[in-house]
Amino acid sequence: MSDSTVLDTVLTNPAVGSSPTGLVQSRSDEMIVNLGPQHPATHGVLQIVLGIDGERVTSATPHIGFLHRNHEKIEEARTYEQVIPYLDRMDYVSGLQNELPYILAIEELSGIEVPERAKYIRTALFELNRVISHLVWLGTYLLDLGAITPFLYAFRDRELALDIIEKTAGARLLPNYYTFGGVRRDIHPLFWQNLGEFCDYFETVIPEYAALTIDAPIFQARTIDVGFLNAATAINHGITGPNLRAAGVAHDLRKDQPYDAYPELDFDVITLERGDAYARSKVRFEEFYQSLSLIRQCIEKAPRSGAFKGKGRVKIEEYQQRYKAVEASRGQLGVFVASDGGTGPYRSKHRSPSFTNLQVIPDLFIGQKFADVIAILGSIDIVLGEVDR
Amino acid sequence: MALLGNERRPENIVLGTLDDLINLARSRSMWPLTFGIACCAIEMMNSSATRYDADRFGFFYRNTPRQADVMIVSGTVNKKLGKRLRVLYDQMAEPRWVISMGACANQGGPFRQGYSVVEGVDKIVPVDVYVPGCPPRPEALLQALLLLRDKVADPDMRYIPGTQMEADFDVLAEPGKDGREHL
Repeated sequence: MSDSTVLDTVLTNPAVGSSPTGLVQSRSDEMIVNLGPQHPATHGVLQIVLGIDGERVTSATPHIGFLHRNHEKIEEARTYEQVIPYLDRMDYVSGLQNELPYILAIEELSGIEVPERAKYIRTALFELNRVISHLVWLGTYLLDLGAITPFLYAFRDRELALDIIEKTAGARLLPNYYTFGGVRRDIHPLFWQNLGEFCDYFETVIPEYAALTIDAPIFQARTIDVGFLNAATAINHGITGPNLRAAGVAHDLRKDQPYDAYPELDFDVITLERGDAYARSKVRFEEFYQSLSLIRQCIEKAPRSGAFKGKGRVKIEEYQQRYKAVEASRGQLGVFVASDGGTGPYRSKHRSPSFTNLQVIPDLFIGQKFADVIAILGSIDIVLGEVDR
Repeated sequence: MALLGNERRPENIVLGTLDDLINLARSRSMWPLTFGIACCAIEMMNSSATRYDADRFGFFYRNTPRQADVMIVSGTVNKKLGKRLRVLYDQMAEPRWVISMGACANQGGPFRQGYSVVEGVDKIVPVDVYVPGCPPRPEALLQALLLLRDKVADPDMRYIPGTQMEADFDVLAEPGKDGREHL
């Protein structure tokens, strides 16, 4: 029945077209809206083709590949050492975290021991990178929702964390600092002190952020009961990280498959039950406190002397393969490395959390209001460098 | 700057061409396009955020190409994105300028050997300023923006209509048909 026929029916016989509540049920033509690839809220170059019926989203098709730059293929042509800088550039918001699964896999394959002190340095920087990554999420998500000030606050404090990484590793965004058996060069004498000062400062500003964001009525109105993701859907789609924990599943590789110094650290897995955009934001806020606590434990327990890098070199003689995964800021970040005995990986396959988290977007979008699309997309927190690779 | 420099008279009369005045005005409020592509986009955000604050030089990011003067290509451009990038460039109103930020946009960077990567964005759009680095620091991007400002204000380097480069769409061809060695 076409629209004009419906309208005629309603006009001629009011009883036919009206619902029990007295409201006229009408349906307009579906409209196709292109979101991206140049859109400030897609966090990179993502295109989503949305079908809109009035205010409701009826279909959503993500198109990826605008940042496909052959990570896996290029890595096959590099030596084991040369691969590490490429890993930085996958999830460029948390560069250091990307290096770890590959390095853990190669260390295990070639039997390199990691000194205790190096483990703590790695873990402290890993958690610092989580803070940096969540700060970018906070700034850009609030920018998407229409608030500019939290972006400026978040980037103000992110600079302080980047300064620590720059002073230690030599580069601020993509440090290329972890290496087989530890870290590339020794930390400077004030490293632990600087980290402690950052934790003390940052703990005082988190309530400021909370007042601007998760405790603010406007933010709550935009995110509560928006974009529900229940545990069953999340597990079926392979969602990991804060998105899964916000749906009530206590899955955290730092607990389940501990690596580096995590077995010695004391922390609880943060879970919330609701599974909406607000819960996902709340989990990331709790992880700020959790990361600071983990950094403080590293400062306390790390040996003050010792080697920063273990002895041994990469030597994988015959065909071997290994999958290692770590809990990065966005979820399970894994790498599958296969060796044929050569100088570089025969095959290197990345399991990136953003790519799998993106798969649930059609399920979350359909049936929601058009204006909530940006609020849902931002709460999933994807990085396109990692999606396309 | 010619407008304020050589022809100053004691009676506070300044002589110059209208072009100089227009170029001076253009150079003082250049609005880049919000088009983050890859890693460099994070540093591009940083350059307009608290510590570096590009807004103080009049660089204010706009979300639509119709309102933008400068396109900052901040990341690797591949063949799929290259077509869209040219469309965005064509949608910008003239005069328009392009900053190529980072090694990937300059010549392909570490991904140069890849089968889908365009070896430099200057194959698709004409570039005014190249910023080296992987990724460049926010200071480097600020310097590029200031260099571009000087270029726009300088009458000897002013924008000449009709000299726009045509896009070389051969570089967007299928892998294997683009006539170069890749992995």
